[in-house]
Amino acid sequence: MNKTVLINLVYLLASVLFIFGLKGLSHPRTAVRGNLTGAAGMLLAIVVTLLHQQIVGYGVIIAGILVGGIIGAWMAFAIRMTAMPQMVALLNGFGGGASVVVAGAELHKVLVESAALTTDVAIATAASGIIGAVTFWGSLVAYAKLEELMAGKAVLFPGQQVINALLGVGALLLAVLLVMNPGAAYLYWLLVLTASVLGVLLVIPIGGADMPVVISLLNSYSGLAAAATGFVLYNNVLIITGSLVGASGIILTRIMCKAMNRSLTHVLFGVLGPTSETATADEIYAGKVKAATPDEVALLFDTARRAVIVPGYGMAVAQAQHAVRDLTNLLESRGCEVEFAIHPVAGRMPGHMNVLLAEANIPYEKLKEMDEVNPTFEQTDVALVIGANDVVNPLARTDPHSPIAGMPILNVDYARTVVVVKRSLSPGFAGIPNPLFAADNTLMMFGDGKKALLELIAALKAA
Amino acid sequence: MEALIAAITIFVLAIFVGFEVITKVPPTLHTPLMSGSNAISGITVIGALLAAGAGDTGTSLLGFIAIVFATINVVGGFLVTHRMLEMFRKKD
Repeated sequence: MNKTVLINLVYLLASVLFIFGLKGLSHPRTAVRGNLTGAAGMLLAIVVTLLHQQIVGYGVIIAGILVGGIIGAWMAFAIRMTAMPQMVALLNGFGGGASVVVAGAELHKVLVESAALTTDVAIATAASGIIGAVTFWGSLVAYAKLEELMAGKAVLFPGQQVINALLGVGALLLAVLLVMNPGAAYLYWLLVLTASVLGVLLVIPIGGADMPVVISLLNSYSGLAAAATGFVLYNNVLIITGSLVGASGIILTRIMCKAMNRSLTHVLFGVLGPTSETATADEIYAGKVKAATPDEVALLFDTARRAVIVPGYGMAVAQAQHAVRDLTNLLESRGCEVEFAIHPVAGRMPGHMNVLLAEANIPYEKLKEMDEVNPTFEQTDVALVIGANDVVNPLARTDPHSPIAGMPILNVDYARTVVVVKRSLSPGFAGIPNPLFAADNTLMMFGDGKKALLELIAALKAA
Repeated sequence: MEALIAAITIFVLAIFVGFEVITKVPPTLHTPLMSGSNAISGITVIGALLAAGAGDTGTSLLGFIAIVFATINVVGGFLVTHRMLEMFRKKD
């Protein structure tokens, strides 16, 4: 059999394995196998590529795989689960970066062979360069914001939109020039440079609360960049895989936007919600906030038949996951039903809270999505909110002028009693006060999440 | 031109496959989905291998950089996804 035919058939097989791999992710039981299926597809694709007649030396290849493999493995084992958004941001970035360089290498190779790029390949090369560079630099900025190497707040300056538009037009213009002069490699690198600046400026104005959207979107871009590179090389497995990942990122982006009631344009251009004319914190909280000791809260749980725990990123910051698990086990041993209510944007990326709770050995069956758990709050004796704020703020339902108006929230205020574990009354990402904290049926348990829970557990055991 | 049309056809159809498959992934697995899909988007490593193995120095230097990037993506992505998914599994 012809070698090229063999290679392409194996690429097809790899594509099929990737699709089966993603399909495996439709249930936690089959997910591990799915991931391994994808990895097997990758291995096959890599091995068969090494047979290609274009490859004349293996030294550089082995060196590259060793360096990348060691860095990748080290990152995968060293990363804390709380820092998973940073990890994914970096992976997105490297994916985009790889597309830029592969398209650049192909351009270089064609020019060395003193052939000329055909128009379609030139367009695809420009697309790889633009999308890949935006992904690479955008992801690095997202990483820096998440890792708090730079201010997480939205950085806005006058003329930002105009500069971005000019950079975008500039990159497109360079793309047109490249297509018209396919022999000019410098145009490609100039285009990459322009898109790099654009990538940085596009993510800088985006605030911390919108990070889940940005990571999802960059995830999609990294896929689209790979697909564009597929058009450069006329390689189907790249096109297929790139489109799969592109579609995945777009779906997640849409889910995140819906969960925050933000349009993608608002997120991308750093537009905040309607300016609030809501009551100030003092008006809402004055004299109405009731603080409770762990002993008082323990009494509540003593008679509770059903409790729902609402974890927020604050819980993870306080490293309180394991205390939450111990509390869950204790309550269940006393005949209280315990479930977890997970808001889609709990944590800092899609599904992040689920991973954090899974790490603490909390079974995924207990984690309920918003739509599933919301109707059950009226039959819930105690709703325990740990380190969550905006996602349980009733203003989203009641105040059309609030910046979070219309955002779907967890209706914890419908529970018989709400216990909020929180350091202080400070606002969440949205920067607004939360009337839940002053509600008649709410008790505030002030303090560090982990410490407060350990005290609660001790009080429950003593009772 | 025919090759281009064929490639575009594959692109569009694969997007539809992607939408079908990904919408079935439950929210509880969305983080592993992102890291896992990231790993497979490291398939650009194929292009990187071809470039790095080429005889020309400039091309193979760029290929080296691309291999490093893409391999981080592949190895890091699959391993970290595996780490997360194992945490979901051990309760069964």
